[in-house]
Amino acid sequence: MEIINLLIGGFAVAFEPLNLGLIIFGCTVGLFIGAMPGLGSVNGVAILLPMTFLVPPTSAVIFLAAIYYGAMYGGAISSIMLGIPGASTAVATTFDGRPMALKGEADKALIAAAVASFVGGSISVVLFTAFAPPLAEVALAFGPPEEFSLMMLAFATFIGLGGDDIPKTFFSIFIGLALSAVGLDIVSGEPRLIFFDIPGFFHGINFLVLAIGIYGIGEMLWTVEVSKGNVQMSKATVTVERTFDALRKVLGTWKTMFMGSFLGFFVGILPAAGATPGALMAYGIAKSTAKDPDSFGKGNIAGVVAPESANNAASTGSMLPMLTLGIPGSPTTAILLGGMVIWGLEPGPLLFVEHEEFVWGLIASLYAANFFALLINIAFIPAFIMVLKMPFTILAPIIFCLCVVGGYVPTQDMHDVWLMLGFGIVGYLMRKLNYPLAPAVLAIVLGPIAEPAMRQSLIGSHGDISTFFTRPISGTIMICAIGLLLMPVIKILKNRMQADRKPEKGV
Amino acid sequence: MKKIGVSLLSLGVAIGVGLGSVAVIDSAHAGWTPRKPIEFVIMAGKGGGADKLARFIQSIIEKHKISPKPFIPINKGGGSGAEALSYLKSHSGDSYVVMATLNSLYTTPLRQPGLGINIANFTPITRMAEDTFQLWVNSDTNINSVEDYVAAVKKAGPKAWKMGGTGKGAEDSLVTAMLSKKFGIKMTYIPYKGGGKVAKELIGNHINSTVNNPSEQLGFWDAGKSRPIASFTPKGKMSGKFAKIPTFAELGHGDDMVYYMQRSIIAPNGISADVKAFYVDVFDKVYKTKEWQDYMAKKGLLPGWLTGKALTSYFVAEQAKHAELLKASGEMK
Repeated sequence: MEIINLLIGGFAVAFEPLNLGLIIFGCTVGLFIGAMPGLGSVNGVAILLPMTFLVPPTSAVIFLAAIYYGAMYGGAISSIMLGIPGASTAVATTFDGRPMALKGEADKALIAAAVASFVGGSISVVLFTAFAPPLAEVALAFGPPEEFSLMMLAFATFIGLGGDDIPKTFFSIFIGLALSAVGLDIVSGEPRLIFFDIPGFFHGINFLVLAIGIYGIGEMLWTVEVSKGNVQMSKATVTVERTFDALRKVLGTWKTMFMGSFLGFFVGILPAAGATPGALMAYGIAKSTAKDPDSFGKGNIAGVVAPESANNAASTGSMLPMLTLGIPGSPTTAILLGGMVIWGLEPGPLLFVEHEEFVWGLIASLYAANFFALLINIAFIPAFIMVLKMPFTILAPIIFCLCVVGGYVPTQDMHDVWLMLGFGIVGYLMRKLNYPLAPAVLAIVLGPIAEPAMRQSLIGSHGDISTFFTRPISGTIMICAIGLLLMPVIKILKNRMQADRKPEKGV
Repeated sequence: MKKIGVSLLSLGVAIGVGLGSVAVIDSAHAGWTPRKPIEFVIMAGKGGGADKLARFIQSIIEKHKISPKPFIPINKGGGSGAEALSYLKSHSGDSYVVMATLNSLYTTPLRQPGLGINIANFTPITRMAEDTFQLWVNSDTNINSVEDYVAAVKKAGPKAWKMGGTGKGAEDSLVTAMLSKKFGIKMTYIPYKGGGKVAKELIGNHINSTVNNPSEQLGFWDAGKSRPIASFTPKGKMSGKFAKIPTFAELGHGDDMVYYMQRSIIAPNGISADVKAFYVDVFDKVYKTKEWQDYMAKKGLLPGWLTGKALTSYFVAEQAKHAELLKASGEMK
């Protein structure tokens, strides 16, 4: 009951005219920042942080949270429209969002993304409100072995999918893992894999460089080859009828949406994980539990719904360790945390007690931001569809420019642009040879989380692998992961046994 | 997409204009004044302690309109600061680059001699503060003194006692080496990516002790979840509630149990005296703001204004000390 009173108080804060104005403005700005490839919520929040000195701290954090939320919605837009992930969190959205756009269903994909984001956001805010303090304990219980097991589960969801060529999936994962190892090894404190002593490799390979290279440049080369330059991007139109049809389809995937929301929120509250792994895992699980896993990657609406509900849920989830433990769950919350220090708010276990108004004002504004982001997003859909009506000869150079800018922005280093172009060509060749590319992207995202977690666990246990199985949480997750990994083997054996049995019956 | 690009561009322009108009030129700068934004390189990744501090400094500059042009933070944390140091070296004579440093300024050139970095060549601007270190344990334990701690470590044995800290060769590992040598104890050192993560691991009982900075443990200490055992500072330096933490020197373990993290600003080699004077003035003003003074007091940092030749000699002396520490911990031959 007390929580509800606090929340009502929070709504009073969120609906003050200044704060409400900031929520709407922040969502709109965030939507566009998220839609630009390479510019994600991290950049948006970092750029706009100094602007927040003009308003009181509570309004400032509300504004930044609105940008964060808006960017989560916006990230899906360029993933669907252009096939380039608008933000790291929206990589998984390209897997099915892009094929949908190519089939002329861009409007449906956009609506699916918006609705799923809204549902993910809403569920996570409710979970946040109800369970914030006990969930902080869950985040504390996650040590290195648990983190590693969770990452194994994420990999397992991608391998155990069936349908794809498994050796090629492994190959793709290993390429991604090798690339993720470039940079600094924190365990020895030494730089590693600095090819030809080029200083640009010191900061490692940013996964956006790989994702934009593969999905932006590689995809464009592929389209040029397939269509010989004569492409009609899409025949998408927006009508009320189609919108309702899309809504019906989206609501039909409610199971996926709920799964994505819960999973995303849970992964989000774990320090260091954040929204990107959450979205990728949700996609993997949606695919492996679907009745028609083969239709994923070819424009299945559930493939858009899963990652989008998860990434929004995770963005709320990652506020939790930031507020209660002072540990950012994602790079964006790290910047928010910096902001809180500037405004004189001390994150930590006492924040909920000492700055009640701030915390509940923030939570209430998350509710409000979620609602306005949905409205603004849907209002802009016709404008986004216009983009697809452009002839490919005009659109392709624009995509190319966006890719280059997107590769440059995160590190502001030309080295990354060249690397991205290189990945584009490699990505194109891999695609020609039928290698799945998504596992490589998954590996470069999860590798840097999984590797230190594994090594920290093994240093702690002095090389004893049983540490992953003897701890209750870690053990449970690990067994699930192994089960998933073995699924294709079990399937093959089952098929074989059935194949063996049939002729017997015939005799 | 074109539309989006255009509106984003206009948004960018609007922000730029906004920032520009905020920054009213301060008449005090008689000599050189910048004509374009200044790159504020951070020697660490986004979200870490050094990053937060640098962004805090940037926000003070913005808030008090200390510089006519904005300072734009850029993270170059690769290779324990090797990326940032190479960048600064290659920008010799560039008036539009300054860098916020931490102790990897000393250790990275020592551990990676191939970089060819001589820190005495950089232009010293100011030392803003010295961050301190304490020995922390979880408050669930009944360890209340250094003696309890040493006994507990010895009882658990080197395999079972886990000390968490930042990367190998970084500050925490050097402080740990100092501690181990002094008391003849052995522990398993587990490196994590940042001090915040280390603090959380202690509260979650995944490790047994840490040598966090006060700012990293403050929230947990206030909430009664962690306990400081002793401070790696000289007698009587800490103020406020930090003064209550005994120092190793006060406890009779010698005056050599002292280690600081310096928080300084440096610029490339070969900038003119006017440019240098401008930056010294900017950071002097930041240093004197109430925000900075409050921050140092609240987060347990020691005031440490230092500039010019004195700062260079300080860097050189500290680097020599770090060479000894690295050798003692086996990180360098």
